[in-house]
Amino acid sequence: MGPVLEVRDLTKIYRRRGQSTVTAVDGVSFSLQPGECLGIIGESGSGKSTLVNMITRLTDADSGQIILKGREITRLRGRGLRSVYAEMQMVFQQPADSFDPRRTLGDGIGESLRNSGWSAAAAREESGKLLVQCGLPADFAGRYPHEVSGGQCQRAAIARALAIRPSILLCDEATSALDVTIQQEILDLLGTLRRQMGEEFSILFICHDIALVQQFCDRVLVMYQGKIVEEGIPDTVICSPSHPYTRRLIDSIL
Amino acid sequence: MNQLFSRNPEKGSAQKKRYTIDQMHVCRMHGGRKGDRGGSVKTRLIIFGLLAAFLLLGSVFSAHLVPYDPDLQDLANAKAAPSAAHLLGTDRYGRDMLSRVIAGSRASIFSTLLLVAVITAIGTLIGVFCGWNGKRADAVLMRISDIFLAFPGLVFAMAVAGVLGGGLHNAIVALAAISWPKYARIARSQTLAQRETAYLKAAKLAGSGTAKIIFKHLLPNIIGPILVTSMLDIGTMMMELAGLSFLGLGAKPPTAEWGSMMSDARSLMTTAPWVAFSPGAAIFLSVMVFNLLGDTIRDYADPRSRDF
Amino acid sequence: MAELLKYEQTEISYRGRPAVTDISFTLREGEILGIVGESGSGKSTLIRAAMGLLGPSGAVTGGDILYRGRSLPALSPEELRRINGPELGMIFQNAGASFCPIRKVGAQLYESAAAHGKVSGHDFTEHAVDLLQKIGFADGKRILDSYPFELSGGMQQRVGIAAAMLLKPSVLLADEPTSALDVFVQKQVVEEMLMLRKTFGTSIVLVTHNIGLVGAMADHVLVLKDGRAVEYGGTQQVLQAPENAYTKKLMSAVPRLKRMTG
Repeated sequence: MGPVLEVRDLTKIYRRRGQSTVTAVDGVSFSLQPGECLGIIGESGSGKSTLVNMITRLTDADSGQIILKGREITRLRGRGLRSVYAEMQMVFQQPADSFDPRRTLGDGIGESLRNSGWSAAAAREESGKLLVQCGLPADFAGRYPHEVSGGQCQRAAIARALAIRPSILLCDEATSALDVTIQQEILDLLGTLRRQMGEEFSILFICHDIALVQQFCDRVLVMYQGKIVEEGIPDTVICSPSHPYTRRLIDSIL
Repeated sequence: MNQLFSRNPEKGSAQKKRYTIDQMHVCRMHGGRKGDRGGSVKTRLIIFGLLAAFLLLGSVFSAHLVPYDPDLQDLANAKAAPSAAHLLGTDRYGRDMLSRVIAGSRASIFSTLLLVAVITAIGTLIGVFCGWNGKRADAVLMRISDIFLAFPGLVFAMAVAGVLGGGLHNAIVALAAISWPKYARIARSQTLAQRETAYLKAAKLAGSGTAKIIFKHLLPNIIGPILVTSMLDIGTMMMELAGLSFLGLGAKPPTAEWGSMMSDARSLMTTAPWVAFSPGAAIFLSVMVFNLLGDTIRDYADPRSRDF
Repeated sequence: MAELLKYEQTEISYRGRPAVTDISFTLREGEILGIVGESGSGKSTLIRAAMGLLGPSGAVTGGDILYRGRSLPALSPEELRRINGPELGMIFQNAGASFCPIRKVGAQLYESAAAHGKVSGHDFTEHAVDLLQKIGFADGKRILDSYPFELSGGMQQRVGIAAAMLLKPSVLLADEPTSALDVFVQKQVVEEMLMLRKTFGTSIVLVTHNIGLVGAMADHVLVLKDGRAVEYGGTQQVLQAPENAYTKKLMSAVPRLKRMTG
């Protein structure tokens, strides 16, 4: 079976009038295998957020290709693009900000289902089930984002991402804003989901904490100044880094 | 180290006493006063809301509330001073002033609300469109709004109304044409502020189309400040509409409209002042009610002034 | 060694509701104390109380906070102002934001120094350049001549530390000093703070959620949960062999880099 997601030579250049151009992402290529959990680490400004935004098509790439299950999605628009989101979902860094403050968590979780033709009642029922799957009581569907804690909100965000049964989950610093004990709970939840779904479910785990990536990911990419400077099994990369940047990064960990 | 955790009750209680004054002070400042203020905003909201609703209902049902036909002339009883039969007197044609003021509320209040609703809707849509799409359309529309904002409002409205010819409808169109940019600006800046937020990205990832994202998620989150502005604008618009009518660019006689009634009454100021007084007082009172309502809604919408 | 800062069964309340209760610890000369806890545990509140930075809704409502034997909550704002800076220094999480954006760093540092009547003019510049050099800025003069926006986030944070150190406080209260920084800069800041202690004998209270940071710097650790102290002891002991159930859970949740694999 081929990779579930393949990125080829992806580049994003920001041009500002009167200022020098910034190459945020510079010729990045990698692939995500079915059932794999791939970590991407890098400091702020390394281009990892831009990369995620390009993969989810929230930002347009300047050049390169994004191939989702054999289909190129780099330039898709409208209906075609919407079909992409049935395969790929994202969990954001700030859980509370990722829900519409004026709508209930249940509305947010059921939105993708409603958009793919579910009835309101069926979507509501499914939202409850998803919440239970993510370790929250089903009646949390009726709560507003500001009424729940950060950890609970992130669980709801994972429930929302799972609703449409995607094959890829992008976690963009999904645990960085949470306390460590809550972070551990969220990682446990993601681990359980991986075990339940096996090959059907791959995770792209963007993170700045290399220890977390070592604990959670099968493979890691190290990003530095828009490029991938190192790739490999986390333990190998950490114990014998080949790029000077990676070495410096690992030496800096307290 | 253990001793650091051990309690020393005697000393502890002595210390506690020392800070009770602080504590009381804190409670008074933040439990008492702020709470009262939050309550008074709510009370004000109810009072002014009821008054505004009363005015609005009066304008809608004005045809049923008038004691006389507002257009019925009775030249024998012209310029009659206020009396039991005519509480606010009669004008130069002997028309009952109370009936005319009530009937005039339809043109004044109802038209103003219509006007504000129209400019709010148009301005918001343009602003959201500009903020959402950016690029060229944004630049063009914002420069146009700059042009509108560069002229003194009422003068510009007079020019537009003059070109279109008089009449209440044209006055509304003229005021709408000059007033939308303010709303477009607010809506645009709000949209820009919200455009990159995670919840809108999440809505996109949920497969919602642009229209759905804008109307279901973006608008409900940005409409607050816009509605507050339109509430505050009701009074201003009422004045401007009356002003245009006063200048003969609004409602045409014999339609009862407060501005044109004032204009009519100018020459009677010395002989029959009540003819000018009643529409003037009507304008004054309704502008004040709607301004105070707008202020109150702004206070209420600002979470800092609400009780905790 | 002398006791500098002492919390005695301190209780701090916001709007009459206690946020921190029954906290006691002693900070000695040259000691680094780490205060760890998750969000809402009251760890920032604890050190803000010493500086009188609780805002209008907060107050010390029980116990006491003593600095060299003087009760800090009992001081008048005027007396507190005299102590804050030269005696008690503070580093904030986002020191860059505490600089005025339109004035040069040097002018702002000078202003804070002059406010406490420490130095003037030429003396100041020499002293500041010297200090900046000590904390790793080779060209201190250039830093003083920069506007805050010309410095990176990490540099701003280090200048923030310099600003606090300029007054040579005996106690430095650091509230999440490295949380906004990348790991490289974090390491630099840690080394700078350790050097401060070595050079000037400064005591540091380090408030953070970063267990790794505490492990690298602190002599003692106080673990807070929901405004109460759940464990207090030597850093190695608390981090390696915690006794309290919550501390155990906290320590096991911290992702630790495993450098060696079999």
